[in-house]
Amino acid sequence: MSGASASALAAIAVRIERSSGNLEPLLHQIRHALLRLLEEQVGSCIDLRSLPLAPGEQEQLLAALGTGEIRAELRASGSSDILETAFPGVWVVTHRDVHGEVQARFIEVTFSPEILCSPRQDVAAGLLRLTARLSERKELA
Amino acid sequence: MIPQADARSIPTDAPLLDALAVRGVSRRGFVKFCATITSMLALSPELIPQVAQALQSARRPSVIWLPFQECTGCTESITRADAETIEQLIFEAISLDYQHTLQAAAGTAAEQARQDAMRANWGQYLLVVDGSVPLGGAGFCTIAGRSAADILVEAARGARAIICVGTCAAFGGIPAANPNPTQAVPVSQIVRDKPIVNISGCPPIPNVITAVLVQLLTFGELPQLDHLGRPKVFYGESIHDRCYRRPFYERGQFAESFDDEGARQGWCLYKLGCKGPVTYNACATVKWNGGTSFPIGAGHGCIGCAEPGFWDRGGFYDALSVTHTDNLEEIALAAGAGVAVGAAAALLARKKQHAAARAGDDGAKGELP
Repeated sequence: MSGASASALAAIAVRIERSSGNLEPLLHQIRHALLRLLEEQVGSCIDLRSLPLAPGEQEQLLAALGTGEIRAELRASGSSDILETAFPGVWVVTHRDVHGEVQARFIEVTFSPEILCSPRQDVAAGLLRLTARLSERKELA
Repeated sequence: MIPQADARSIPTDAPLLDALAVRGVSRRGFVKFCATITSMLALSPELIPQVAQALQSARRPSVIWLPFQECTGCTESITRADAETIEQLIFEAISLDYQHTLQAAAGTAAEQARQDAMRANWGQYLLVVDGSVPLGGAGFCTIAGRSAADILVEAARGARAIICVGTCAAFGGIPAANPNPTQAVPVSQIVRDKPIVNISGCPPIPNVITAVLVQLLTFGELPQLDHLGRPKVFYGESIHDRCYRRPFYERGQFAESFDDEGARQGWCLYKLGCKGPVTYNACATVKWNGGTSFPIGAGHGCIGCAEPGFWDRGGFYDALSVTHTDNLEEIALAAGAGVAVGAAAALLARKKQHAAARAGDDGAKGELP
């Protein structure tokens, strides 16, 4: 599928049907996850693919969660959005492929999503690169 | 970014992470890959770190893919050659040593490549088969002068496991449909001493094929299978169980034709022949085209393509209740009962399914709730 056609598919309006009843329990689940995060320092993650949501219900859920202060974009094998919702500690992480098609979407209840943190091996590799560059500058000087 | 290497310098037994690095996949990209795969496998997101840990050190398995009586739809499904997807990434991560539809080599060179790969990985390679195997005599499906059955038996002998991709390899599919002129059979009727995973569907969902390969890579073992040899994680529930239109079924709200008000309102397609209640697959959750939709989402009933004998199970547009009966009066009476039609149709279907089950009709194993 081309990028253009993927965008076209995404642009087709979705009829909001009567709720399948998943929305309220899901919001309660997120509330319990927030409590757990505060009291036990343990994060949670909900895979939205695992829920039989009716067309439009995912959009209703995202609207109910709202948008917060942080929006980060990861560019690796396609883009990923990491959004803090209006409820601090509740994040929506959406992974897309190189053509913008959604591959997975999670609700993470955590202080900071793991994928935002720099991988230790990359930090080590970066340190080596910076050290080498400083050595080169010293030699040139 | 992971240090990149020339693709030709990556040995076939290199760790998966190195193979993905050749494709320019960064560590964060790898974590994203693992998150997506974990989601596909319907595993808890809490397991993403463990999946990443296992995949980092997983070795690239040798895969020999044998296409027999097939239409290439299954290969088309997984390769989706017009987009770089997770499926393509995993194809880079396995060592695909023989697939005569995809490979550049032909003739003697192609057959030699298969023999070499089998010899080098004897007892360890994964054998993927799509298409059914004809037993009706020489000439129906002959490759390099040998029958499909002969090649299958030889390749199966050295395989660690066999993955049947598509309904044809799993259950015979369309080539085995009545009158079955080639006497086509599924792989399981020929090979009985190797683990077999059936990934049925016409074609199967590409992500499901990928996920099964990843499960083998990650955990080094076959997934839990149902009584038809299909991974339970994807085939454990019926389309009907996971269908977003199910609430309409429960309320007895059915489309009566493809252009009536019920169809426009997105009501249940049960009476228009939807085979969702007796079809076990993940279409309703994993969906197609990158999770965009699935047949019921597009307004057409499920045709039951992941089940044995789907081509011979009556018309695609016959309601399940009448598929195996001539008694149209029963469903007509139920239809006249207004909102009670859901319960009436369900009871009728249950009665028919019990009767079909008693008659040894394995495709009707599903119970309407």
